[in-house]
Amino acid sequence: MARFIVRRLGLMFVILLLVSMIIFSLVHITPGDPALMMLGQEATPEALEALRERLGLNLPLYEQYLNWVGGVIQGDLGNSIKDNTPVLSILLQKLPVTIQLTVFAFVIALMIAIPAGILSATKKGTIWDYAGTSFALSGVSIPPFFLGILLIFIFSITLGWLPPSGYVEPWVDLKQSILLMIMPAIAIGIRLSAEITRMLRSSMLEVLGADYIRTAYSKGLLGKTVIVGHALRNALIPVVTIGGLQLATFFGGAVITETIFAVPGLGRLVIDGILTRDFPVVQGAVLLMAVVVVIVNFVVDILYSILDPRIKLTGGQS
Amino acid sequence: MATAKANMEKNPYENMKRLSPRKRAFKQMAGRFFQNKLAVIGGVFTILLICTAILAPVLAPYDPVEQDYAKYLESPSAENWFGTDEIGRDILSRVIYGAQVSIKAGIISVGIALAIGLPIGLFSGYYRGKLDEYVVMRLTDAILAFPPLVLALALAAVLGAGLENAMLAIGIVYVPTFVRLMRAEVLSQREREYVEAAKASGIRDLKIIFLHIFPNCLGPILVQATLAIAGAIIAEASLSYLGLGTQPPTPSWGSMLSMGQGYLAEAPWIALFPGVFIFITVLSINLFGDGLRDALDPKMK
Repeated sequence: MARFIVRRLGLMFVILLLVSMIIFSLVHITPGDPALMMLGQEATPEALEALRERLGLNLPLYEQYLNWVGGVIQGDLGNSIKDNTPVLSILLQKLPVTIQLTVFAFVIALMIAIPAGILSATKKGTIWDYAGTSFALSGVSIPPFFLGILLIFIFSITLGWLPPSGYVEPWVDLKQSILLMIMPAIAIGIRLSAEITRMLRSSMLEVLGADYIRTAYSKGLLGKTVIVGHALRNALIPVVTIGGLQLATFFGGAVITETIFAVPGLGRLVIDGILTRDFPVVQGAVLLMAVVVVIVNFVVDILYSILDPRIKLTGGQS
Repeated sequence: MATAKANMEKNPYENMKRLSPRKRAFKQMAGRFFQNKLAVIGGVFTILLICTAILAPVLAPYDPVEQDYAKYLESPSAENWFGTDEIGRDILSRVIYGAQVSIKAGIISVGIALAIGLPIGLFSGYYRGKLDEYVVMRLTDAILAFPPLVLALALAAVLGAGLENAMLAIGIVYVPTFVRLMRAEVLSQREREYVEAAKASGIRDLKIIFLHIFPNCLGPILVQATLAIAGAIIAEASLSYLGLGTQPPTPSWGSMLSMGQGYLAEAPWIALFPGVFIFITVLSINLFGDGLRDALDPKMK
């Protein structure tokens, strides 16, 4: 076990190193002058030179990279071009908003997916199964921005039940904060919930056919006890990995959803950064997302091997 | 003897026996596919959408970019089935032309991903070694750590807004998926007896890779490519929605949605029709792809 964790940890650092190189090269190796990209075509030569000087763009590439990574390790992600605020403090200010959205979305996703997955597996071939399966298929096919707009149209414009967009901190006005979070969380959580329903259905079907389930039934245990206590517990194992794998897609959804609903989180930050060419901010936000994805996948791998002792702990190979 | 012969004649697969194994496998696969109603519906809709895209100039009742300020924000009517937008353009015509952008973006981005990903996966899986384990695998790990849409956005932003760059960006984002899949398929094929037999008879590696291994890996690649086209269509619409994909006045479903969002209260049709079309398109392709997967691998499910 210890060897597996150490190996997996080493792998994680290699991946993080590559991630940092990709993010760095995105702005620096691609054709075109980064300073020109940031300031736009109408920039004066003096302004360009000043920006190059400030960002250290006149140094050799490897030196620029080492400077950047060195800064990142010490928590210095550079400053925003727009108003010179440190990128790290911007990220720390936006992160809680996206975490709040993530928690809401996961709660909604699980609230739908667990009953839907169980129902369509235990009542296979019935109307429940078809409903669950259709939901899963529609959920992965509907683009988050269309779902978001549809929700605004139905619940804000037509029915007037929910405020259309915006954000309030929960400690300022808890009720309003929750009301504002419902639609973005659904818009982003539906896809996740569709994936989990799909996965849960097939893993439940597999587990329900296992010998120990028949044994549990023949011991005279109630159907509910068997399904929740025995089958669901084992069926959830593959679902845990889905959570990890889906996190990357989830952040992508956050970009779109936060834009539609004017939620000032990390996703919105990426878009604003891209549209205003504030590349230090974009680099920082994308780095943060990728680091979270890598760490979560590491934890999921470890959890997976603890939950299911049948998995060989050779690790690393995929 | 006579009864045995009679039994053979009753065998429904009798006429299949004369076919070569590959043709027979294909026929059985097609049989399984056509039994799956949802997959067939998905396939039919997909074909209809492709026809719509190709025949857009014939099918569209109006010029998709022609403005008519006399009839802006008109609700759906006999003249304009899907209504008009904020500068009087016909939504139906724009939705029909939008199919061109979406289908094109889906196919070309996945084409780019296949063109880069498959050769890397083929060679990496066949030769293994340090280059495979330390460079190819770790690099795909690293790219997969990025949220796909965010990476596509960043690439599109660096390359510059526009449909071509958006397709390139989406294609690059899909490369690791196909590298991984191709490599995994090759790994399972290269240990098979037919590869050993080919090696033993002195056939060159390149010939084994392309003429023997590659055709046997095509099934899963085809399924994944189909599903990736659905994903790429959503990605292009997302980029266009955010202003980094198709540029105005060219109609694209994503940019129509983002324009329409501002008129959701007084003219909901501007956003709803293109949205419904993206949903139907992606759903149909997903149904088709799922059906293809089940037909290719009946043990799954």
